[in-house]
Amino acid sequence: MKSMQTLTQRLANPTRFMELSRAILPWIAAGAALFIAYAMYLVFFVAPPDYQQGETVKIMYIHVPSAWLALMGYSIIALSSFGLLVFRHPLADVSAKAAAPIGAAFTLAALITGSLWGKPMWGTYWVWDARLTSVLILFFLYLGLIALRSSLEDEALAGKLTAVLALVGVAILPIIKFSVDWWNTLHQPSTGFTSSVDPSMRTPLLLSAIGFTLLFIALHLKGMQNEILRRRVKTLRLAEIERGDRAFSERVE
Amino acid sequence: MTGFWALLKRDLTLAVREGSALGTALGFYLVVVAMLPLGLGPDLKLLSRIAPGVLWIALLLAALLSLPRMFEADHEDGSLEVMATAPLPLELAVAAKALAHWISTGIPLALMAPVLGLMLNLDITLTPALVGTMLAGTPAISFLGSVGAALTLKARRGGLLLALLVLPLYIPTLIFGISAIGFASLGQDGLSASLLILLAISVASVAAAPLASAAALRLQMS
Repeated sequence: MKSMQTLTQRLANPTRFMELSRAILPWIAAGAALFIAYAMYLVFFVAPPDYQQGETVKIMYIHVPSAWLALMGYSIIALSSFGLLVFRHPLADVSAKAAAPIGAAFTLAALITGSLWGKPMWGTYWVWDARLTSVLILFFLYLGLIALRSSLEDEALAGKLTAVLALVGVAILPIIKFSVDWWNTLHQPSTGFTSSVDPSMRTPLLLSAIGFTLLFIALHLKGMQNEILRRRVKTLRLAEIERGDRAFSERVE
Repeated sequence: MTGFWALLKRDLTLAVREGSALGTALGFYLVVVAMLPLGLGPDLKLLSRIAPGVLWIALLLAALLSLPRMFEADHEDGSLEVMATAPLPLELAVAAKALAHWISTGIPLALMAPVLGLMLNLDITLTPALVGTMLAGTPAISFLGSVGAALTLKARRGGLLLALLVLPLYIPTLIFGISAIGFASLGQDGLSASLLILLAISVASVAAAPLASAAALRLQMS
């Protein structure tokens, strides 16, 4: 516990975070590229077509990681929001802000890939089933977070209010996760990487999930770096304007 | 607790004396429901089938319309800051205001629904189920709505943003409200299960939403 605390405390310094993230970002990005490339090779050249779904099963290798990252993205936002409101961790708001568009993008990817798969398999692009509906609500929540943040001039206030909204929205996460178990609907329950999936399909799915998770982390770190830099530029600009103001008023006097 | 009751009484008195807010919400409810047969055609069978859903959705929209007023006026004239510094916890003050919103908007809208149901040819035996689910569900609408109203207090284009923030939170209430009426129309015993879930959502919102609303208000006043 003590080492955890010191790690989060050490990361609270944006400069140290920048150093650390600069050091590990290339490795994570390279890992993401390798895992995704190898997984896609397996998906398109090695993994067999499903005996029922045919080739459309290949959509699953994108769809499942996207759906998982949609939930992970929101979890990151919720944890960051908690860190911001309770511990006032300086990087928590940066993390929450950077994760929102990435999570929204993966949620959208999960919805689109799912509906492309649904057309040949279920005969329709969209059904109002519990899983689909709850993921759509998650997408709306992401949009709400982004919209609320952009609607306020005061960035610090916007961050905190968005954090409150993110924590209110947490109630939806278990509903999404367990919707396929609670309601008997069209969307199949998760197999959870168990042995009911043949290894020839499970391995690429697992690799793809790892690859996309690394991709998420890489994008998130990059987004956080950009946000920190943007805030520094803003502070510098404001300082410059202030200096200009002072020089001007001195000259007038 | 005297502060809580005093605030509740003040907000209810204001709602009655102003009158316009409630009138607008009820009028909006009536107009939305009346537009529908004009758009869909006067097929009574179709209208009777979709009536519960229409009444619920129109109720959500009408309630949404009245939400921004929950804190706006008190914020403008500074009484919200007085409430924030008063001995009564801001959480309870927010709960009183949300409760006043439920009594002054949620209950009248729910009671008006059967009348509009007649216009939509709703099966008259379903009226008790309709009003029951609405009375059970509208507390969640007022209390969850208070979170949205508090969050968008200082936002640009607050009204539009409020809809985007709050409507997703209303979806579970809507789903279980409709499913309860669906069970009632089929004569199945799932009605009580859906109604209980609806009550659970309302109770959870009443318990948790004032914390979030008060936090949001405090952040904006400090």
